[in-house]
Amino acid sequence: MTRSKLIIFVLAAVLLAVLPFVVLPLGQAWVRILDTALIYILLALGLNIVVGYAGLLDLGYVAFYAVGAYLFALLASPHLAETFPAVAQAFPQGLHLPFWALIPLGAGVAAIFGVLLGAPTLKLRGDYLAIVTLGFGEIVRVFLNNLDAPVNITNGPKGVGSIDPLRVFGVNLGETWEVAGLSLPSVTLYYYVFLALVVVAVIISLRLQDSRLGRAWMAIREDELAAKAMGLNTRNLKLLAFGLGAAFGGVGGVLFASFQGFVSPESFTLHESVLMVAMVVLGGLGHVPGVILGAFLLAALPEVLRHVATPLQAMTDGRLDPAILRQLMIALAMIGIMLKRPRGLWPAPRHESASPSAAGSKA
Amino acid sequence: MDIFIQQLINGLVLGSMYALVALGYTMVYGIINLINFAHGEVLMVGALVSWTVVTLLESSGIPGWALLLLSLLAAMVVCASLNFLIEKLAYRPLRSAPRLAPLITAMGMSLLLQTLAMILWKPDYKPYPILLPDDPIEILGATTNMVQILIVLTTAVTLCLLMLLINGTRLGRAMRATAENPRVAQLMGVRPDHVISATFIIGAVLAALAGVMWAANYGSVQHTMGFLPGLKAFTAAVFGGIGNLPGAMVGGVSLGIIEAMGAGYIGDLTGGVLGSHYQDIFAFAVLILVLTLRPQGLLGERVSDRA
Repeated sequence: MTRSKLIIFVLAAVLLAVLPFVVLPLGQAWVRILDTALIYILLALGLNIVVGYAGLLDLGYVAFYAVGAYLFALLASPHLAETFPAVAQAFPQGLHLPFWALIPLGAGVAAIFGVLLGAPTLKLRGDYLAIVTLGFGEIVRVFLNNLDAPVNITNGPKGVGSIDPLRVFGVNLGETWEVAGLSLPSVTLYYYVFLALVVVAVIISLRLQDSRLGRAWMAIREDELAAKAMGLNTRNLKLLAFGLGAAFGGVGGVLFASFQGFVSPESFTLHESVLMVAMVVLGGLGHVPGVILGAFLLAALPEVLRHVATPLQAMTDGRLDPAILRQLMIALAMIGIMLKRPRGLWPAPRHESASPSAAGSKA
Repeated sequence: MDIFIQQLINGLVLGSMYALVALGYTMVYGIINLINFAHGEVLMVGALVSWTVVTLLESSGIPGWALLLLSLLAAMVVCASLNFLIEKLAYRPLRSAPRLAPLITAMGMSLLLQTLAMILWKPDYKPYPILLPDDPIEILGATTNMVQILIVLTTAVTLCLLMLLINGTRLGRAMRATAENPRVAQLMGVRPDHVISATFIIGAVLAALAGVMWAANYGSVQHTMGFLPGLKAFTAAVFGGIGNLPGAMVGGVSLGIIEAMGAGYIGDLTGGVLGSHYQDIFAFAVLILVLTLRPQGLLGERVSDRA
C-alpha cells in the first residue's frame, strides 16, 4: 500500500467511526438512515457476487433477505413458543440464540436456499433467469403471506413482532449503552455492528474478486461456453455464486429483523429486489466501490428527501407525500443514470475486461 | 363437473386477457430482445384512462356500450402515445448499450409510471361502473355474464386481426424481417426504427384493450393493478415460447386455465391444507417447470446457445 493510499484509508476509517456522532445531533432518525443504508450496502455486495461477478441476473434476491429475516424473527421472538406448546416446553425462557450463532445460521440457511433455488435455473441465461428468479422471489413472499394456516408459522400478513434486539459481547443493542462517559444510543450501537459486518463483506468481496474463484466467475460472465471449454465446472461455480450471494442476503435479513423488531411479508416485495439490482447496476456492476456508492445513494438519498420534502406535501394537496417522492426519485434515478451512464456511476476500470463491448452484455 | 366448467370459463376469460398482454411482450422481445417491464403499467394506464372517461361522461346519458367503446378508444390513443414515447425516450438511446441497461431502465419506467399514476389518480381503489347488463347467463350449469363472453369473443377477433396484420401486410412482413435480422432487414429497405415504434404502438393498443377488459370484469381500478397481469402475461409469453405470436396466445390461454383450475381444485387435492390464495404460485410453478424441461417454450424454436 502506498503512502497516499494509506492516508486516504485512515481518513476514511476515522470518518466512518465518527460519522454517527456528527449526525446524531440532527436527530436519531438520521443515524437510522445510515443504519438502513449499511444493510442495503451489505445486500448489494451480496447481490454483486451473483450479478456482478458471475453475471447471473437475479431478480428474486429479496427471497434470501426474507429467509434471514424470518429465521431471526422466529428464533428470537415469542411467536414460536406461543404457537407450539412443544417449543414453549423445551425453551421456557423462549428461544434467544446469541448473535454469534445467528449470523452464521442466517448465512447458512440462506445459502442453502440459494443453492436450492439456483439449481433449477442452471441451464437458463439472461432474461429467462431473471424472470424465473423473480418468480421464486414472489413464491417465497406468497408462502410467507399464507403460512399462517393450517399451522401458524409466519403469522401471515400480520408479520412477526417483538423480536429481540441483537446482543453483542453482552451489550444489548436495543438500549442506550453507557461506556467510558459516553452514552451511545441504540441506533449508534447498531451502526457500529453493521459497519463491522459491512467491512467484513467488503474484504470478502475484494478477496473473492482477485481469487481463482472470482476469475472463474468472471470467465463465466464473459462467455459461459468458453469458460466451460477451458475446463471450469460451471455448474458448481454458478451454484457457489448463488449460495454465497444468498448468504450475504441472509445476514442482511438477520440484521434487518433485529433492527426493526418486526418483519412482515410487505418488506420483501419485488420492489425491493428491483431496488437492489438497481443499486448494483447504477453503482457499477462488479466493482465493489461502485456498488457501495450505488447502494448508499439509492438507500440514503431518498430517505433524506423524505425528511426535507414535507413542505412539498402541503403544497400539492397531499399528493406528493415523501414516500411517493422517494419512489419517484428512485424511478427517475434508474432511468436517468442508465441513459447517461449505462455502465454505472463508478464502473470497474476497463483493463479488467479485455473487450469492453462484451463486458456485461451477457448478463 | 360444475366446478370444472365454471373454472374453465373463468380460466378462458383470464387467459384471454393474459394473451393480449403477452402479445405485447412477445412482439417487443422478438424484435429488440428486451423484457419491457413497463408493459403491465401500460395496461394499468389504459384502465385508469378508461375509468376517467367513463366517470366523466357517466351522467351525460350516453348508453353503456357506447361509453365503454369511447373510453376504450381514449385508452388506446393514450397508451399508444405513451408507449411510443417510452420507446423513443428511454429504450432507443440504449439499443447498443450493455444488456442490463435497458432492462434496468424498463424497471425504472415501470416504477415511474406507477408513481405518476399514483400522483395523478390518487392511490385508492376506484370502482369501475357497470356499463353492460350483468345478468348471469347459464352455460352447462356454470354462470357467466355478458362482459366475460365479450372478453373472450373480442380477444378471438383481435387475435385473428393481428395474425392478418403480421402475416398479410407490408408492415407485418417488415416486423417479421426485423425480428429475424435487423441489419439485413435494413439493407432490404426496412426502417427498423419505424418498425420498432409500430410494434410498441400495437402492443400498447392490445394492452389498453386488456386493461379495459380487466377493469370491466373485476370492477375496480388502481395504480398497482398492472403488476400481476404484466408478470403473468410475461410468464405466458415465455410459456408459449417468447418471440412467437401464436405461442403467446396459446401460452396466455393455457396459463389462465391452469391458474383457474389450480385455484378451483387445490383445496380438495391437498385436503384443505393449501387454499385458493396460492393461485398466484401456479403461474410461477408452470414457468419454472417449462423453463427447466423445455426452455424454448411450448411453440418456440430451439435457439442456439450463442444467440
